[in-house]
Amino acid sequence: MSDVAIIGIGIHPFGRTEGMSGLQQGVHAAREALSDAEMEWKDVQFAFGGSSAAGNADAMVNDLGLTGIPFMNVSNGCATGGSSLLSAYTTIKSGQFDIGMAVGFDKHPRGAFNADPEASGLEKWYGETGLMLTTQFFGMKIQRYMHDYGITSDSLAIVAEKAFNNASLNPNAWRRDPVSKDTILNATMVSDPLTKYMFCSPAEGAVALIMCRADIAHKYTSKPLFLKGAAFRSRPLGSFEVFSPSLEIERGPSPTVGASEATFEMAGMNREDIDLAQLQDTESGAEIMHMAENGFCKDGDQEKLLHDGHTMINGKLPVNTDGGCIANGEPVGASGLRQVFENCVQLRGAAGKRQVQGNPKTAYTHVYGAPGISACTIITT
Amino acid sequence: MSNQKPIADNLFTWPSDQPKLLGSRDTETGRYFFPAKRSNTHEQIELSTKGKLWTWTVQRFMPKTPYIGTDNPEDFEPYPVGYIELPGQIMVESRLVDVRAEDLKIGMEMELSIEPFVKNENGEELMIFSFKPSQDS
Repeated sequence: MSDVAIIGIGIHPFGRTEGMSGLQQGVHAAREALSDAEMEWKDVQFAFGGSSAAGNADAMVNDLGLTGIPFMNVSNGCATGGSSLLSAYTTIKSGQFDIGMAVGFDKHPRGAFNADPEASGLEKWYGETGLMLTTQFFGMKIQRYMHDYGITSDSLAIVAEKAFNNASLNPNAWRRDPVSKDTILNATMVSDPLTKYMFCSPAEGAVALIMCRADIAHKYTSKPLFLKGAAFRSRPLGSFEVFSPSLEIERGPSPTVGASEATFEMAGMNREDIDLAQLQDTESGAEIMHMAENGFCKDGDQEKLLHDGHTMINGKLPVNTDGGCIANGEPVGASGLRQVFENCVQLRGAAGKRQVQGNPKTAYTHVYGAPGISACTIITT
Repeated sequence: MSNQKPIADNLFTWPSDQPKLLGSRDTETGRYFFPAKRSNTHEQIELSTKGKLWTWTVQRFMPKTPYIGTDNPEDFEPYPVGYIELPGQIMVESRLVDVRAEDLKIGMEMELSIEPFVKNENGEELMIFSFKPSQDS
């Protein structure tokens, strides 16, 4: 079985783009990816794609061309992009097709997501009484974590400050103005202990990736990147998840732990092999907890690591080098693929002012979302 | 009491002098569930009314639909929420009442309190469950 290479990457800048639909942003990203791979749409043999709030990805064929290829719509919550990527990977790995595209895009209204209890298998009262908010879950999860492992609000602010600093070096990011730690700490509280600068917002954006069999990748690019590991997991018993009217008293691991283990096992690599990582930072507490859930440190070690600059672009393990969700926003369908896009840019050495030094060779992504799903990847040069 | 009714059926015993949350227990695995699951392997259980605060936050902005507490930002008051660990049973997510955010502490003793929430179109007062700091402590 052939390995799988990423040979083309495309993005539509994240943020707010008036007058352009989510789907159009997806088409933009797809054209950028094709151009990057020096390829035409007719060369693409299959596609997977999706959005959570901006329509069906397969409608793109009206703009890209009616070539008759199988174009599968993917709808898998916050892991929509990750699921498209994994599906494209498996399709190539199986030998069914040689060249395909994974694309994700979205365009959300302003403000927090409004959730439909019945769509999540919950009763109406749960939403009516004001318990069904993702922001509450994030506040409560990090509140308990801080209590158990001695993480301070100062660390929450360091994560957000880093996000805006990194984004200021990223022309595709949404919030590109640095914000000081004091401003972050003293900003309006949204869901204690998280202030407004510690949260990401729903937004807009699109990413497309062209993938192919590794043994033909050099026909299209001099710098192919290889998808060495990719895995997706849903929640196990005892994990603390969003939209839970109740929880088991006996606590268990999160879906991230399983997805991460499976990804490293598939790649045959260890945490020490990773040169940089994009970790789901829906809010700054999530990035802190995900450092441990993905196995990059022990619970509680984050307090010292963050104060030592461990996860800054010039640190030992740079995390969220493009500004993450906090500074890019979270267009759900595109968010997981943005992480992969950033890793490709970094591994090509093309990240400009935010380039991780020392010729990084391996990069990790981790996406997490409702209702307790996680997908990870490892990409190498 | 006739103009008060629970916001949903099978959520807590009502009317009652000592209302209790209604959960269920899977007779095969022993696991507790809230809200109660309807299944022939589940038995309905009245959950403990007392427990410890496991974690908390404060809802500081007015939720969008399907929230029915108010749709007027001027009427909106931030409210704390948390998970209460009911010993030996389950942790239940709940609004917290009779306590200021600055006084909330993980581990504090809490007890069930059924509170009026909003009036429906028939003028009936919808009752919800919540937890407040335990009177004993």
